[in-house]
Amino acid sequence: MTGPVTLAVALAAVPALAALVGFLLPQSSRRVAAVVAVASSALLPVLAIALFVILPGDGVERWVTLARFGELSATAGVRVDSTVAAVSIAVAVVAFLVQLYSTGYLLNGPHPDDRYAPYAAQVSLFTAAMMTVVVSNDLVTLLIGWEVMGLCSYLLIGHDRSLPEAPGAAVKAFLVTRVGDVGFALGVAVLGVAAGTFRIGGVIDAATSGRIGPGALTLACLLLLAGVAGKSAQFPLHTWLPDAMAGPTPVSALIHAATMVAAGVYVVARLFPLYALSPAALATLGISAAITMVLGACAALVQEDLKRVLAWSTVSQIAYMAGGLAVGGVNAGLFHLLSHAAFKALLFLAAGAVIVAVGSNLMSAMGGLRHGMPVTFWTMTAGLGALAGIPPFSGFFSKESVIGAAHVAAEGHSVSPSWVGWTVLVAGIVTAALTGAYATRLWLRTFFGPQHVATAAAGDPPWSMRAPLVVLAVPTVLLGLVALWRPVVDAVEQPGTAVEEHLSLDPLTTTIVLLVTLAGVLGAWQIWRRDPARDPAAVLGPVRPVFENAFYLDNVQDALVVRPALALARAVSTVDVRVIDGFVEATARAALRAGRTVMEIQARGLARQLTFVLTGALLIGAAAVVLSGVLT
Amino acid sequence: MTGAWWLILAVLVLPAAGALLLAVLPEAARRAAPALGTAVAALTFVASLGLLSGRHGPRGDRVVDPWHAVDLPWVPSLGVRLHLGVDGISAPLVVLTTLLVLLCAVYTLWTRPAGGSVRALYALMLVIEVGIVGTFLALDLVVFFVAFEITLLPMYALIAGWGGAGRRHAAMKFVLYTLAGSVLLLVGVLLVAIPGGTDIVALSQQGAGLSRTAQITAFIILALAFAVKSPLWPLHTWLPDAHTEAPTVGSVLLAGVLLKMGTYGFVRVAIPLLPEGARAVAPAVAVLAVAAILVGAFCCLTQREIKRLVAYSSVGHMGFVLLGVATLTTTGIQAALIGNVAHGIVTGLLFFLAGAIKDRYGTGLLTELSGLGQRAPVLAGILGFIAVASLGLPGLAGFWGELFAIVAAWERSEGGTDPLWTACAVLAAIGGALAAAYFLRLLRIVVNGEPGPVVERAGPLPVRPGEWLSWGPLAALTLVLGLVPALVLDLGLGPVRALVAVVSS
Repeated sequence: MTGPVTLAVALAAVPALAALVGFLLPQSSRRVAAVVAVASSALLPVLAIALFVILPGDGVERWVTLARFGELSATAGVRVDSTVAAVSIAVAVVAFLVQLYSTGYLLNGPHPDDRYAPYAAQVSLFTAAMMTVVVSNDLVTLLIGWEVMGLCSYLLIGHDRSLPEAPGAAVKAFLVTRVGDVGFALGVAVLGVAAGTFRIGGVIDAATSGRIGPGALTLACLLLLAGVAGKSAQFPLHTWLPDAMAGPTPVSALIHAATMVAAGVYVVARLFPLYALSPAALATLGISAAITMVLGACAALVQEDLKRVLAWSTVSQIAYMAGGLAVGGVNAGLFHLLSHAAFKALLFLAAGAVIVAVGSNLMSAMGGLRHGMPVTFWTMTAGLGALAGIPPFSGFFSKESVIGAAHVAAEGHSVSPSWVGWTVLVAGIVTAALTGAYATRLWLRTFFGPQHVATAAAGDPPWSMRAPLVVLAVPTVLLGLVALWRPVVDAVEQPGTAVEEHLSLDPLTTTIVLLVTLAGVLGAWQIWRRDPARDPAAVLGPVRPVFENAFYLDNVQDALVVRPALALARAVSTVDVRVIDGFVEATARAALRAGRTVMEIQARGLARQLTFVLTGALLIGAAAVVLSGVLT
Repeated sequence: MTGAWWLILAVLVLPAAGALLLAVLPEAARRAAPALGTAVAALTFVASLGLLSGRHGPRGDRVVDPWHAVDLPWVPSLGVRLHLGVDGISAPLVVLTTLLVLLCAVYTLWTRPAGGSVRALYALMLVIEVGIVGTFLALDLVVFFVAFEITLLPMYALIAGWGGAGRRHAAMKFVLYTLAGSVLLLVGVLLVAIPGGTDIVALSQQGAGLSRTAQITAFIILALAFAVKSPLWPLHTWLPDAHTEAPTVGSVLLAGVLLKMGTYGFVRVAIPLLPEGARAVAPAVAVLAVAAILVGAFCCLTQREIKRLVAYSSVGHMGFVLLGVATLTTTGIQAALIGNVAHGIVTGLLFFLAGAIKDRYGTGLLTELSGLGQRAPVLAGILGFIAVASLGLPGLAGFWGELFAIVAAWERSEGGTDPLWTACAVLAAIGGALAAAYFLRLLRIVVNGEPGPVVERAGPLPVRPGEWLSWGPLAALTLVLGLVPALVLDLGLGPVRALVAVVSS
């Protein structure tokens, strides 16, 4: 194996091995578990950066055959290019910092978590699964990582046994994503059968050379989108993500920043040459993104739980990435993925520090925290600035790139229809205003205003939790500036993608977006300033509960999917027992009854029996006569 | 005689002799019965591993080309020969059988089910092994039929002698239902054997010389016989009862390998001998298989008893296997082969766990078992792992058979233009999501719930050494086969291609 290939394999194999070791450790050996988890994940950024550095310009691909099913084979292998390397750096850094932070979050303090060992192993497995998705060259092996991630999210969201809502949230996360994966698996099947291979490169070749018909291609792309919507929490499969807050905060950082939700967007980017050939699929993605963007921002605007604000903001921000892809802005979408990975991981980890310090998730219990927790305050400020898209933070550049790409598409210069460009553009601008407002609301209510008893005593967390904040603040602030620096752009932009697309800022849209963001920020500030003890969202009046319940889509899902499925299950079960098995049991009873009747006849004396015998003989004779008549 | 023919004899004679020995064991030596039974099972397992040596795919245009075979005259007047052999289709199933019998023997060293004598239990397990291995090795229709039948009464005795409260009814239902299947098997075998002889190798090569109508009739009869065993919806209702009442080792053998005799019968007998019949009837089998997937899943969603739940999940899994078989493509039959082996491993372990849980807490009701995760974390962890494998998580054994059964159905749909196969692919995929739903429901109740009085009273119950020894290999194989499916697939590829060539010509 050549260097880049070895490194790419190691990126998935190292955390997988760490997970295996961690699962086999007894629960009591927390210290060993922590060493294994942190040391193995510390290796990942080194491997990922080394991969980025030594990567040849046109990328490499290596594979071995994993499973031969007749003409079709699944392979196990890696395909590495600059996108892969860049995304793997983000995953590696976030995974390492989450492991480090977790030691502080779960182990230090008065009540160390007695299930830390399996927890750390699950985080390692989660990382391994995401890395598999990132480096895999084959749709089937990609699917392995894809689904293992779903499992890990289930395990980790359900980790906290003291939370009554945790098991339900965990099941919801797995099931909703699994429903999407019905489509994903079928999409993989459609592509594999049509292309004769599951290798991503082979599938793309088959599609671009026209060997996959447009019908099959659009079908496959749409089916895959179902899985993408599940993983990346896009409308209508977004409902699991806000509930996933029941997981420990470092897990939220992992799920929201570098794994799981990023996976869906990443896969679309990876398969973009297919999507570029299917305007219908791009339009579907664009509509879903536009709805999700606004929906998520509206919900984030009114949440009382600090983590739920961030969760809804993820839904909305992922939709920016999906929107970017839908308008042909692959690099813009990936750029936002990377900057979001940095600032969202930072925001969640900082939120964790706040929650530990205050002892509550609710923003009504916070306020005035900037005095006691300066490191948390300043890093979180950078994160919120990036989230709201304030220059010079990274989120500003990446969000503007996406909206700029939408503008290009709206003018008809992209692979997607121009109305899709308009849809994403308008939704993006509206969402920018909402984002400015909710980020400001969160910032003010947490760090400003009057102090309580609890918030006055709050302090910055220990170093294992503080260091990740500081480290993540660096890309949060600088990634945008660096990424638009010409040499970096040349290094990262994918050669030979279906669209000629460059990362740059569009002066017109940048101005508009900046203005509406500013309006959102100032609006929230104005309302808050009138009464700092009061929630600014209160001004929304009757709209507030609608936003708070995210337009009641959970109830819709319950009424349209969950309850009919359960009713069907009960009906099928009843039929199985009463009708099918009932028939079997009745046959047995009928046979017994027939046996008894015959026995009774036998016991009724000779005369009766003789009558029966004679009757039988007569009948047979008559039948013989009739039959011979018929046959001759 | 081909290859290491004596190994073929060894895997049959060893357990048969062991059973006989156990039966006549003098009073004084009876305490050694478990050790003796386990030693015989271990030797048989080692011998079966030997069968994997010297393997090769079918040479020339041969359809069935065993690499080790025994061919002796048996009933010369009828042309029946004792023809046994192993090839890529049967080898994984033979090894799976000997492994599961060995693990059951080891498990019984520590955990003895209440009921008859343990000596009889070992003897019965070994007789069942003879029958199942004989079925997989048979290359003569009469031998196949005889071996198929050998398993029936010992399994009845196992359920009736060591089972739970409702064992008599369940055992009777099992034996009568599958006996009805056997009658059909006999009729089917006669329909094929009277014109064409009884040699499976020759019949696969030349066909039985039956007309299309006769082939369809014979195929339907054989399909019904194998469908009862597999079991295929709607002929499955003996299974939940039998599993619920059977002792742990009975459930493991029943789900792990006995059901496979049905799917194996399709691949080894019904399809190659009656290719035209197979082509005509396969779509109907596919429809029933998909119905089994969905019905199994829906029934699982409402089950309250852990063994019934696992039994119904078996119905769904075997639905995937039969869907693969029914596609009559290389992809589908390969998927069926690995699905068979994976189900044997995963559901075998699942029944081990269900049995261990029932033994410990004296109940199988899910609501009463709530809180296992807090009081018996290791047990709950293993249950979680194997439940996840059973719901078809990619990277574990169950995944390959399910995904590629769907792929094969899609292959048959001609890009979605054939409505029947399209529907099969889509509904089977939905069945996969439902499997996640019912296993997560199981885990949520049992693992994540608050400890109920039953679990609380029992206190912490660690996993015993016999359990580690019998569960460990299955858990490891679940992972290994998930990551290296080629272990099974590469064995089957050659024979399956040859088979598909016969069916599609």
